[in-house]
Amino acid sequence: MSEREVVLEVADLKVEFDTYGGIVHAVRGVNFQVRQGETLAIVGESGCGKSVTMQSIMGLIPMPPGRITSGSAIYRGQDLIHNKYIDGRDIRGSAIGMVFQDPMTSLNPTMTIGDQIAETLQVHRGFSKSQALARAVELIAMVRIPDAAKRASQYPFEFSGGMLQRSMIAMSLACEPSILIADEPTTALDVTIQAQILDLLMDLQKEKGMAIVLITHDLGVVARMADDVMVMYAGEIVESGSIDDVFYRGAHPYTMGLRAAMPSRELGARQRLTPIDGSPPDLFSPPSGCGYFARCPQAMRMCQAQHPYLMSVGKAHHSRCWLQHPDSARQVPGLSIPHLAAPAVQS
Amino acid sequence: MSERPTAPVLVEAIGLTKFFNIGRNQTVHAVDNVSLQVHEREIVGLVGETGSGKSTLGKALIGLHDKTSGSVRYRGQTLPQKYGPEDFREQAKRAQMIFQDPYSSLNPRMTVGEIIGEGLKLNSALNGEAVREQVAEWLRRVGLEPDHMSRYPHEFSGGQRQRIGIARALIMGPEFVVCDEPISALDVSVQAQVINLLDDLKASMGLTLLFIAHDLSMVRYVSDRMAVMYLGSLVEIGPANKVFFEPKHPYTQLLVGSNPEPDPKTEHRRRSTLIKGEIPSPINVPAGCRFANRCTHVMDVCRQVTPILHVPKDETAGDREVACHLY
Repeated sequence: MSEREVVLEVADLKVEFDTYGGIVHAVRGVNFQVRQGETLAIVGESGCGKSVTMQSIMGLIPMPPGRITSGSAIYRGQDLIHNKYIDGRDIRGSAIGMVFQDPMTSLNPTMTIGDQIAETLQVHRGFSKSQALARAVELIAMVRIPDAAKRASQYPFEFSGGMLQRSMIAMSLACEPSILIADEPTTALDVTIQAQILDLLMDLQKEKGMAIVLITHDLGVVARMADDVMVMYAGEIVESGSIDDVFYRGAHPYTMGLRAAMPSRELGARQRLTPIDGSPPDLFSPPSGCGYFARCPQAMRMCQAQHPYLMSVGKAHHSRCWLQHPDSARQVPGLSIPHLAAPAVQS
Repeated sequence: MSERPTAPVLVEAIGLTKFFNIGRNQTVHAVDNVSLQVHEREIVGLVGETGSGKSTLGKALIGLHDKTSGSVRYRGQTLPQKYGPEDFREQAKRAQMIFQDPYSSLNPRMTVGEIIGEGLKLNSALNGEAVREQVAEWLRRVGLEPDHMSRYPHEFSGGQRQRIGIARALIMGPEFVVCDEPISALDVSVQAQVINLLDDLKASMGLTLLFIAHDLSMVRYVSDRMAVMYLGSLVEIGPANKVFFEPKHPYTQLLVGSNPEPDPKTEHRRRSTLIKGEIPSPINVPAGCRFANRCTHVMDVCRQVTPILHVPKDETAGDREVACHLY
């Protein structure tokens, strides 16, 4: 499964922001790979750096106040951090498409949906206006909006939230990107619409073979969509691996904590949820040790002093936790959370 | 969890209807003929999509909206159709609301102490010192510090602001609290903190809650009974586990079937969504069942006769009601 071609390789990415309060270290050294035809989910809470990671690769963070202090993002042999043009063409919107969280505010209210989709094709592909509009109607039909020709000439206010998100997907796929970045694509939508949009994304991925990078905080959406998962906390990757590794063989206390904080199907009404106490660390001055130290129920003395590195805990499964160190005396007791007992590993 | 509520009814809506007039002879049927009983010390979860009328119903129950028709009874006593200043004062002491967005529901120009203490100051004979003492006590009860009193809302995180919102509502010592999406703006780890806090306060104060949310798994976990709304009417109500695990109404089935579970094995087995389309506009709704145009089981009768809530024929227990012609 994970032998597919790597289309994007990000290494040691660090992003900072200058603010009145000082420098915020939003992303603190992130490495990952995106493979063709697969979905990588980046999971984490508000402020963990999941959106900034992808935005900085796409050149969407304002600089200043933002600053990429180190790192590379190699796409087809070229580092996107320094050069966003391949053969004189901007890769943004063509080779890499992006779908944003809030379709109501991400579309231009003064342009028809058809024109907005057509604009992408005119800019990136040099289509004539009429060619581009004809293609836009096909794209609107492709994302299963009925009455595509009529819809193309309507404005965003005439669309529902679900329809707007479909239009945005149509727009991002107009130039047949090899990577689609979806930043919380369904967070603003109702569950029934969310299910339709996720189905659509999965079908389109099967059809076009593109890679999807899904940024979300919803573990349910991750479980449905992802092949690989990357859990971020305080600007770092704390755990990464295949979906089954992360959900069933979780190896970081934060991942375990997130799962225990959610009501599962098995949880009886009289059992209490297990919250994660406290809040994420201040990224003005990130802790020198483990970022999760202050909230971690399994914290040890060394966790405060020594910054853990990503340790291998299985094939392509990593955890940034000292408990996973070969010399660690303790085992991660996360799987002893009663309602999260791991199902038998299926061969 | 008691499967069948036996406690006396605390709040009851009878044929509650709230229309909004939006001009040009158009009316939004936000809540249309809803009857609902909430028993003492019970948690009723109210789910539905955006625009289904769940917040309007919650607000109408505690008097924040006037009623177009129908009535609300509190301990058997019918509340006025439209509240006057005295009614609000009276109601503030027994029914309160916790709002969804902890960022916009707290006045940024007031200190936390003023926000939490305002209700007491207006509605009780307590002097300033006594109010401050109560506020300090409540800050402690919701897990904040008494010296947070002099700070402003912007100095707090989302979870802390929601705690402030909870203290503001509960300091009045209400019996009935409408929680309108109290956790949907919060991160997962913080959601559990707030839910556990509400659970503790419910137990210690003997609260009755109407818990409005769109997160089905959370509502199932929190509630004794669960009510499902679609386009202004209740389509199903019953014990939370029954409604969630064995949904009857086709809309409830759609809703539960769309709810993503944080479990890859369950999700990979899930079939793609069968039902297409979106919730129609609540303006000038057609006769008959409101779900008819999206329903896969639609029959002729559905387009003519509006189904009413009734116990399904194949169920004897009588603790679940469905508004569907199939049952």
